[in-house]
Amino acid sequence: MRVLEPLIFEQSAEGRTGVDLPELDVPGEDAASLVPEEMLRQTEAELPEVSEVDAVRHFTRLSTFNHGVDTGFYPLGSCTMKYNPKVNETLARLPGFINLHPYQPEELTQGALRLMSELQDDLAEITGMDAFTLQPAAGAHGEMTGILIIKAYHQNRRDAKRTKVIVPDSAHGTNPATAAMAGFQIIQVPSDERGGVNLEELRKVANEEVAALMLTNPNTLGLFDENIAEIARIIHEVGGLVYYDGANANAIMGWARPGDMGFDAVHINLHKTFSTPHGGGGPGAGPVGVKEFLAPFLPKPLVKRKENGKYTLDYDRPLSIGRVRAFYASFSVLVKAYAYIRGLGGEGLKKASENAVLNANFLMSVLKEPCHLPYDRVCQHEFVITPKNLKSYGVHTLDLAKRLLDYGYHPPTIYFPLIVEEAMMIEPTETESLETLERFAETMIKIAEEVRTDVDLVKNAPHTTLVSRLDEVAAARKPDIRWKKSE
Amino acid sequence: MPNTAGQQEKLLARIGISSVEELFQDIPESVRLQGALKVRGGMSEQELVKLVKGLARENGDLEEYTSYLGAGAYEHYIPSFVDQLLLRSEFYTAYTPYQPEISQGTLQAIYEYQTLVCELTGMDAANASMYDGASALAEAALMSCDATRRRTVLVSQTVHPEYREVLKTYLPARGVEIREIPYKEGRLDTEVLAQALNKEVAGVVTQVPNFFGGIESGEEVAALAHAQGALLVASVNPVSLGLLKSPGEYGADIVTGEGQPFGNPLNFGGPYLGFLACREKYVRRMPGRIVGATTDKNGLKGYVLTLQAREQHIRREKATSNICSNEALCALAFTLHLSALGKSGLRRLANLNLQKAHYAAAGIAAVPGMDLAFPGAFFHEFVIKVEKEPAKVNAELLQNKIIGGLDLSRFYPELDHHLLFCVTETKSKSDIDRLVARLGDIR
Repeated sequence: MRVLEPLIFEQSAEGRTGVDLPELDVPGEDAASLVPEEMLRQTEAELPEVSEVDAVRHFTRLSTFNHGVDTGFYPLGSCTMKYNPKVNETLARLPGFINLHPYQPEELTQGALRLMSELQDDLAEITGMDAFTLQPAAGAHGEMTGILIIKAYHQNRRDAKRTKVIVPDSAHGTNPATAAMAGFQIIQVPSDERGGVNLEELRKVANEEVAALMLTNPNTLGLFDENIAEIARIIHEVGGLVYYDGANANAIMGWARPGDMGFDAVHINLHKTFSTPHGGGGPGAGPVGVKEFLAPFLPKPLVKRKENGKYTLDYDRPLSIGRVRAFYASFSVLVKAYAYIRGLGGEGLKKASENAVLNANFLMSVLKEPCHLPYDRVCQHEFVITPKNLKSYGVHTLDLAKRLLDYGYHPPTIYFPLIVEEAMMIEPTETESLETLERFAETMIKIAEEVRTDVDLVKNAPHTTLVSRLDEVAAARKPDIRWKKSE
Repeated sequence: MPNTAGQQEKLLARIGISSVEELFQDIPESVRLQGALKVRGGMSEQELVKLVKGLARENGDLEEYTSYLGAGAYEHYIPSFVDQLLLRSEFYTAYTPYQPEISQGTLQAIYEYQTLVCELTGMDAANASMYDGASALAEAALMSCDATRRRTVLVSQTVHPEYREVLKTYLPARGVEIREIPYKEGRLDTEVLAQALNKEVAGVVTQVPNFFGGIESGEEVAALAHAQGALLVASVNPVSLGLLKSPGEYGADIVTGEGQPFGNPLNFGGPYLGFLACREKYVRRMPGRIVGATTDKNGLKGYVLTLQAREQHIRREKATSNICSNEALCALAFTLHLSALGKSGLRRLANLNLQKAHYAAAGIAAVPGMDLAFPGAFFHEFVIKVEKEPAKVNAELLQNKIIGGLDLSRFYPELDHHLLFCVTETKSKSDIDRLVARLGDIR
C-alpha cells in the first residue's frame, strides 16, 4: 500500500538505538541477579530500532503533514484557536519550573506556588467567583469536578433527592457525558426561537429533583442568553445550582462575569481563552471556580497564602470532593496562562474579548448573504451558519469544509451544535487581522459559486491535501489501531 | 491583536454599528461588569520575561539540588531532540485532529504511540492518552465494572495513595464501591485479597512496581481475580517494562500507567499523560480518542479518529467517558523518547535504573540505623527504615543540596520513620556515594 511516511517501526535495524545512555558506573550485575526470573520479561517489546537522525527526520516529516495555528487561519468554532504567544513557551520551559518535583520541600517551590495562587485570584476576578482549584486537566475534567462539587454540596445538606442535571439541547456533548459520569440523570431542555434556553420548558422541568443546570453563555450558537438572570432564578428557586461551561469565555472577559450572572460554579479552558496551545489534543487545563458557599468542597490540596506571606498546599479540607488527579495541576500550562494574563492585564483582556466579538460579527455580516444564518442577531465570539441552501446541489457542510482545505484553511466546526441543520460554527478569534478575515470570506463566497458552476469540484474535495477523504466507515468496521510485526 | 484603529472602524462600519458597545447589547445591564477587571499586568514582552523569571528563581530546582524523590513523578534525562520536535508548531498549535486530511502528522504519531503502549504492556489496544496515571486508573476501574456488570472494586493499598484518592472521587460517583486490600511486608496481602474476592467484584487494582518500589507477583493476583470472574487492572511504570514481565504476560486485562517518565519533565506534577491499554474484547469500552488506519479514495494509507461511537460528542450521556481533550503533546513526547530508545535502549535504561537503585539501597542499608524496610525484589525505588527523625534526616541532606526520600508517614501513618528513595540513571556513582556519606554523617 502507498504511504506518505512509513511507520517508525518499519525503519528498524536490529541493535540500533537513537539515545546515548551513560555507561553503568556502579558495580554492575545483570537484572537476573537482582530480580527473580519469573518476574522478568519473557517476550521483548517490538520497539523501533532507529538512530536519532532517523527519529528526528521521521517526526519532522510527520509534523509537515499537520496544519496548526502557525500554519494558517483556524476558525474552529468553540475551540478558540487564537495565536499562542511564543514567549509563553520559553517561560514555561525555565529550569526553575520544569525541574521541580511535586514532592520537594515547600520552601523550594515558593515561586511555583505563588504563581498558582495569583492565577487562582486572577481567574476568580475575571469570572466573578470566590475560590478556584487549578487541578482539572481539561475542560471536561473541570466539568466533572464542578458537578461533583455540586453533588457534594447537596449531599452535605442531606438532600438526597437531587438526581437530575438539566442541559440545553445546544450543549457540548461533554455536559451530558459529565453529568452521567457523576451519576446523574440528564434532562434536556429545548432552545427558543432566539437560540436561548426555552424558559417555559425550563420551568416545566425545574423541580426539587434538579441538582444543577449546566449552561454555556454565550452558548454554542455564539449567542448571549439575555434571560440568564431569570434562568438562574428559576433553578435557584427550586434549590438547584447553576454551572457555567467556560468554553466560550473568550467573548466576555471584562464585559460580564459568570459570577454576576448567577452561576455558582464555572470551569475555564486555559487552552482556549488564555491562549495556551492545544498541542494536537492536549494538554489543556480546566480550572474550576466557585462561590464562597461551595469553596469547602473544592478538590484538595489548594494553594493557600499563609499569614507570613509564604505559600502552602492546604490538605486540611474535610468537605473536599477529594482529588481528580495526582499532584496539583498541569503546571506548565498554568505558567503559559499566567504569562498571558500578566502580559495583557485587565484592560488587555477586555480588548481581547472586544476584538474577538468584533471579528466574529464582521465575518458574520459578510457571510450572511451567501450562507444562511439560523439566528440573525448580534453574535459574540462565534456564529453558526447553515449552508442548507446548497443542499439542492447535493452539497453538504462537510463538502464545504473539505473544499476549504484546498484553500489552506482549517475549516470551522461542522455539524455542531446539533440543533442547527448542516451547522458550520465559525470562531475567528481576536488574533486575526481584517485582511485574513476578508480573504477567508472571499474564499467562502468563491466556494459557494463553485457549487453552482462545478459542483463535483466541491463534492470531491479536497484535491490539494496529501491524502484525500479517508474511509472512516472502514476504519471503524475493522479497526486497525496498532502496528504488528509480521510473522 | 493585529487590527489597527482604522481597521476597527472599517469592521464596525461593515457591521453597521458605530461602537463596540453595541456588540454587547445582549448582555443585560444588570449582569454587565461595571468598572475594570482588577487584574495586574499589561506589559511588554521583556518586562514579562523579567517578572516570570523572578518567580522561577524563587524555586530551588533539580539543577541545583540532587533529588531522590520518585513516588509517581520520575526524573529521567530527556534527550535534546525531544523538546526541539515538540516545538514544531504544526504539532503544538494544532487542535484535536478532527480534519484528518490536514492532521496526518498528529494521527500517525498517535497510532505509533498506541503501538508503543501495546508493545510495552503486552495488550492488544491502547487509546490516545488520558489526563494522568491516576485518572487513567480510575477510568480503567470503571471499565472493569462496565465489562463485568459488577459494582465493587478491590484496590491494593500498595497503589499510589493519590491514585487511590482519585479512585475514591471517580468510582462512588458512579455507584461503585471501593474496598482496600492491605499490604504485608510491602506487598499486596494476597491472603486477604483471596478472602475479599467474590462474584460481585468487578476488578482488582494493583500497581507494579508498587508504591514502595516492590515488584508484585502479577500472576498470583491475576489467577485469584480471574477465578472469581473479576478483571485484573494493573498500573505500571513504563520504564520498568524494559526488564519486568509485561502485564500481558502475567494476565492483566486492563493496563494503565503514568507515561511521564518518557519525554516529559517533572514540571511540578504536570502536565503528564496517562496511558490506557486493554485486551481486544474491551476495545469498545475504552474511554477517549483512538486512532485507526484506513485508506483514502486513491488507495493511499491514512489515519483517522475511529470508534467514535463510544465518545461524548456522539453518544452524549451514554458515552464511555466524558473525556475530550487529553494529553496529545505529552503522548508525543513519550513517543519521541521511547522510539529513539528502542529495544536495546529501553533495556539498558531500565537496567541502569535497577542497578543504581540497588547500589544505593545497599549503601544506605549499611549506614547504622538505616535498613531496607521490606524484603523482596524492587525496581528503582525502595523503602528505608530510619531510626532518626525522617524530617531531621531530610533537613540535614537539604543543607548539602540533596533532596532525600519521601517521608511515608504523609500517606501511611504506620510507616513513620520510613523514607521512600528513588534512584534513576540521572544519579552517578559519585552522587550516590555522596548521599550515603552524608546520611552516615548525620548525628
